[in-house]
Amino acid sequence: MSASEVELDGEKLKGIRDTGLDDATLHGYLSKTWKTPDGLYGWLATVDHKRIAHRYVVTAFLFLVLAGISALVMRFQLASPEAGRVGPDLYNQLFTMHGTTMMFLFAVPMMEGFAIYLVPLMIGSRNVAFPRLNAFSYWVYVSGGLMIWVAFAFNTGADAGWFSYVPLAGPEYGTGKRPDFWAQMVTYTEVSALAVAVEIIATVFKQRAPGMTLDRMPIYVWSALVMAFIILFAMPAVMVSSTMLILDRLVGTQFFNPASGGDVLLWQHLFWFFGHPEVYIIFIPATGFVSAILPAFVRRPVFGYLGIVLSLIGIGLLSFGLWVHHMFATGLPQLGESFFTASSMMIAIPSGIQIFCWIATIWGGRPALAVPFLFVLGFIVTFVIGGLTGVMVASVPLDLQVHDTYFVVAHLHYVLMGGAVFPLLGAVYYWFPKITGRMLGEQLGKWNFWLVFIGFNATFFPMHILGLQGMPRRVYTYPLESGWGGTNLFVSLCSLALAAGFGVLFLNVVLSLRRGRLAGDNPWGASTLEWATTSPPPSYNFPRIPVVDHREPLWKNAEVLPVAEGLRIDAREVMVGTVADAVPQIRQPSADNSIWPFLAAIAVGVAFLASIYTPWAVVWGSLPVAVTFIGWFWPQAIPEDEE
Amino acid sequence: MKHRAVANISRLPTYDFGASTPMWWGTLAFIALEATGFALAIGAYLYLASVSPQWPIAAPPPDLFPGTAILVVLIISVVPNHMVEQWARRQDLAKVRVGMIVMSAVGFLPLLLRIWEFAALEIRWDQNAYGSIIWFIVGLHTTHLLTDVGDTVVLAVLMFTDKGNTGRRFSDVADNAFYWDFVVASWVVLYFVIYWFPRM
Repeated sequence: MSASEVELDGEKLKGIRDTGLDDATLHGYLSKTWKTPDGLYGWLATVDHKRIAHRYVVTAFLFLVLAGISALVMRFQLASPEAGRVGPDLYNQLFTMHGTTMMFLFAVPMMEGFAIYLVPLMIGSRNVAFPRLNAFSYWVYVSGGLMIWVAFAFNTGADAGWFSYVPLAGPEYGTGKRPDFWAQMVTYTEVSALAVAVEIIATVFKQRAPGMTLDRMPIYVWSALVMAFIILFAMPAVMVSSTMLILDRLVGTQFFNPASGGDVLLWQHLFWFFGHPEVYIIFIPATGFVSAILPAFVRRPVFGYLGIVLSLIGIGLLSFGLWVHHMFATGLPQLGESFFTASSMMIAIPSGIQIFCWIATIWGGRPALAVPFLFVLGFIVTFVIGGLTGVMVASVPLDLQVHDTYFVVAHLHYVLMGGAVFPLLGAVYYWFPKITGRMLGEQLGKWNFWLVFIGFNATFFPMHILGLQGMPRRVYTYPLESGWGGTNLFVSLCSLALAAGFGVLFLNVVLSLRRGRLAGDNPWGASTLEWATTSPPPSYNFPRIPVVDHREPLWKNAEVLPVAEGLRIDAREVMVGTVADAVPQIRQPSADNSIWPFLAAIAVGVAFLASIYTPWAVVWGSLPVAVTFIGWFWPQAIPEDEE
Repeated sequence: MKHRAVANISRLPTYDFGASTPMWWGTLAFIALEATGFALAIGAYLYLASVSPQWPIAAPPPDLFPGTAILVVLIISVVPNHMVEQWARRQDLAKVRVGMIVMSAVGFLPLLLRIWEFAALEIRWDQNAYGSIIWFIVGLHTTHLLTDVGDTVVLAVLMFTDKGNTGRRFSDVADNAFYWDFVVASWVVLYFVIYWFPRM
């Protein structure tokens, strides 16, 4: 049968379908339909989730390098007491840029990038639900990041800490434009993150392969879904607060001015209502990495699927009830403090359930000590230490004692690096073969792991002691008589080992891209759908849409994949199904490449940037924004409209 | 991997209405995040009121007329809004065209009234925190009105082109009606906070 004549029960169907086609013909049609054009235009106009995710991850790593260099410069200054290598003004900018970059420009976009790459592949779809929104989100993110770093290069780097407290960041003390760049960077990155959250929710709810009921969904996809929901309800808080901040600074509103009925703690409430869930936006998908990596290396499904899923949802909900524990030192009513102490300790319960489920998984399996698995073990050790100090600082008396000291710096790095960066590095080693088609070097990987693991612990563990000895955070130097010099020198030297660990990672990536071992489709013998396609996957992800009848589809069907036929292949279509049971409902047309999201991001970016200097930019800036959005949504003459 | 066909989805439609479609869920997600923004703005309002010895600060409660007029217009607009949605679901192009013109006009009305509303707040945004927060809330809602009216006008124009008479476009019209309900519902809540809380 030729490709163009598809009949079903005697009825001729519109368009060309994949029904009964041989693999070569199918590939020919699909690769033409889902192609990204060559050259600059294609690069700017692509809506392929894999290419966009790839950009997210590479860009986030570049920001990690910038943040890492600023940390090393700080350690260089702190290596000896009363050093004069970095002055207080630059130091303030460095720690602010470090924290801001790590949280807003590295951790969240990195987790989103992985989700954008993995979710459609893991659920057996061809793209995310809103491909152009996805493209738009990347361009907005990267322009926000560039803006704040260019401002830093011109000595206008934000300098009021990554949480930009008022009144320090307000109009009275935050002179110049430094806090404005910070506030607008937040607007860019939050617009971007919210866009990604919306598309992940719609993609997971509606585009899962037939048969992938919610209780067959990979745990990683659950974690991406919970992350998206936390973003949805947390990020508006920081957008509201940073907008209020910039309005106070630019047009004279009085939100945070106590002399005119405003209140500085309003900032802290709004910021931490976002800021605490932010930690879980980063941590939740990292636990998803762990639950995805573990089964492949212990050769058994994760123990306690339901328990882990409920824990993820529980952590997501509880994360909104903890924000006040960042404000114990502000003199809040004691009853309120007790409530937030209890809720802060409560979140240790679902986190603990997950840890025990992973231990049970390892216990009941046959572990193979490959590099991704090493990072999982490193994560469990480090995160447990960070969790324990977390329970400690949840207690008000102890928190007051160590507030604003290096104890808190140690704690937050243990939970964030231990809880998120270790699983992330495991994820890089685990999915690199899928993304590039080549394995990362195992030997360099082990160097990478041990340098990062030892370097990390040797750098950050002594900070607990420095904090207990009273060394405050965010000071550019300390007196000789304090006796902190030796420990600080040790910390600074060990931070070089940690940096070297990341250097080895980048070296490994560069070498492996050229001459890494070819991976094949499923080098780890894993069970989820992304391993059912080639490495790297084709532009259309799957030649035919998989049908799922088991929680570990590739372990149940190791040789032959059950698939659904009937999608058009001469036009971009994805399968849309019911939310709970993924019963097919619609052959949904999927957006083609377009330059408009890029142009819209430029229009939005220019309006945001100009609004730092004049509020009228919001007015005249809305015109190009409107034009580009109309261009974006104006329907093309797509074949689906014929039906 | 080898493939074995076990299902055929050839006969599925290429569009549907409401919760079947990803676009409806995307719209709901945007509504959820924007509603969170409104809720936080209300939270900020109540927080500032709770820390201030008097509320409103150095101003009378806002004049009821323009805000109430907007409330009435918006509540009445729900009727044509749902008629358009029903016509869209029935794919009745002629009626949808008329309905979209009506909804575009209905959308401009509260925007016009809002010009008076800002004056009727009886305080400037930069006088004190009370002025700041009510301008912020009304401004936030105005942004929603503006974007949805813009969206409605573009869709109305589209319905008069050759791209109008397709199932997907009717589905867009239905989603647009869904979002308008949110713009109306959010004003009902915000109206009571801005106009009646200071009078309690």
